[in-house]
Amino acid sequence: MKYAVIKKDDLNSWLRHLQKKARLYAPKKKEGHFIFRPIKDVNEITLKYIPTILPPKKYYYPQKEKLFRFKIKPFKTGKAIKAFEEYILFAVHTCDIAGIQCMDVVFRESPEDPNYLNRKDKMVIIGLECLEYCDKYASCTSMGNHEPRGGYDLMMVDLGEKFIIHINSEKGERLVRGLAYIKEANEKDMLNLEHVREAKKRVFKEEFNASLTKVYEAFDKHFASKIWQDVGKRCVACGNCTTVCPTCYCFDVLDEMELSLNEGIRFRIWNSCQMEDFAKVAGGEDFRKGRDSRQRHRYYRKFKYPMDKFNRFFCTGCGRCTRSCMSQISLVETVNSLLAEEGESR
Amino acid sequence: MIDREILLAKMKTSPYKPMKGKIIEARMLTDKEKFFRIELEGKINLSHEPGQFVMLSIFGFTEAPLSVCSSPTDRGYFDLTVRNVGVFTDRLHKLGKGDIVGVRGPFGKGFPVDNMFGYDILIVAGGLGIVPLRSLIRYIMYNKNDFGHMQILIGCRTPHELLFTEETKEWMKRSEIKINCTVDKADPDWHGNIGLITTLIPGVDINPARTYAVVVGPPVMYRFVIAELLKKNIPEHQIIVSLERRMRCGLGKCGHCQIEGIYVCQSGPVFNYSELRNFKGECHEKAA
Repeated sequence: MKYAVIKKDDLNSWLRHLQKKARLYAPKKKEGHFIFRPIKDVNEITLKYIPTILPPKKYYYPQKEKLFRFKIKPFKTGKAIKAFEEYILFAVHTCDIAGIQCMDVVFRESPEDPNYLNRKDKMVIIGLECLEYCDKYASCTSMGNHEPRGGYDLMMVDLGEKFIIHINSEKGERLVRGLAYIKEANEKDMLNLEHVREAKKRVFKEEFNASLTKVYEAFDKHFASKIWQDVGKRCVACGNCTTVCPTCYCFDVLDEMELSLNEGIRFRIWNSCQMEDFAKVAGGEDFRKGRDSRQRHRYYRKFKYPMDKFNRFFCTGCGRCTRSCMSQISLVETVNSLLAEEGESR
Repeated sequence: MIDREILLAKMKTSPYKPMKGKIIEARMLTDKEKFFRIELEGKINLSHEPGQFVMLSIFGFTEAPLSVCSSPTDRGYFDLTVRNVGVFTDRLHKLGKGDIVGVRGPFGKGFPVDNMFGYDILIVAGGLGIVPLRSLIRYIMYNKNDFGHMQILIGCRTPHELLFTEETKEWMKRSEIKINCTVDKADPDWHGNIGLITTLIPGVDINPARTYAVVVGPPVMYRFVIAELLKKNIPEHQIIVSLERRMRCGLGKCGHCQIEGIYVCQSGPVFNYSELRNFKGECHEKAA
């Protein structure tokens, strides 16, 4: 079975079935925004949502993650990694799946990161394809992430009365097999899927004014552009953009002591390259001084450096950085300004 | 993609967990710099390359990247020399013989000693730069017949700040090594050169095509020293530097040490000048 279908009326039965298999995380509404949460009551889940405040990265790359316990006297370190439970990320948009793929590449690179890989190993991803734009901030079409590009176990597409489910792994197949209400997709369903995808082409248009190849070239050429000063002048260095980014993974290390001051836990916590001291060394030299160079660094870590290293853009097009920016710095605008500069320089 | 089984096997150990190291010797070298000799559990060798660094752990104070200043040929222990500049180093300075620290590493790419075989060596050490360079100097002295002439230029602000003074005197006794020191500001007891380290370079006698220059010092020093070395016609790829950056993991993940797309902790800290000059703007050590 490669494609399956489920009637919308049966969705809650399936979700309850999934809950029995593993811990279930899904989007739900919170104060006008959306968030991923562990789900107790499947009625809480909302499938019509725009990107959640934080991407699901909080589950596979926690904001504060225990590395190990330690004792000072006598010197001792505890077992580093505890066994994690299986968990299901449900209704993940294709942009966030692209984010998980980026993280995979980073943490698989030698020396591998066991904490991430352990969590990833226990993850099941059930995607949900978007058929309309979330809002004006997304750039998923230009980034090529508005359609599924692998990286999931199951992918659901809304066909009106029912969902069609693309089965992309054995892990995924196990979750749809042997259930009376999940049937193999017939020809008509497949045709419907084609229609939906055709209709989608009329809705989703490239948000950047040029192709990604041109975007890369613009970044390659315009490191010294005035645009970075403009962005830097507006930036308030709050770090929102990096916190909400599904591909930002920089961290700091933190020791927390118990009252005895002899035992404690070493954690790693999310850090942001937008913070003033991020690249400062003990002697006082700051290698990325100024908000302009720190913002530029963030953009280059999405559009240039990971291309050179992994042949992969690290912008997923989810639009979170723009949505959460306190001074309306827009990713689409910045990239398009850079492209315009490229046009003028010719 | 790596095989899942291999990955799972690797996941059983954590690269974030430090080994146990015992301080077997500790003494102040100057008012601000302290020397530590550390023995790993089971007296195993650190097995580093000259120029590599370790992440030193003090539980409760996290970790800091520190250059190893002993040669891999010094077996059974390794040395660190640390200036007291912040919370972590202040705590480290309070530790002494018998105290325990955590050690991860060695990390990064060291000096390209194999490529340097048969070449003359010119070492330029500014201030604390002599610390990582001591690992190379000791390595070359141990394997002296693999290398040509070695000249060492040492510069610092005042005579009080000169590190490894006793050892330097021993080095001076060896006829195949030439050492020249200079200070920015002399005191009445100083009989050596006065002036910036760059003033020593025009006078050195070298065959540029046959010479590797290895430069380590504060960021501001590099561009001037490199400019002088280029004037001497030393090829760009034979000018070697070691860069200091903020580091939190040593594994090319935490993001702090990045220069543009490069993680200094993995691709560096040692670079040659032809690599350095390609950086566009985040490398203060690059000659303008």
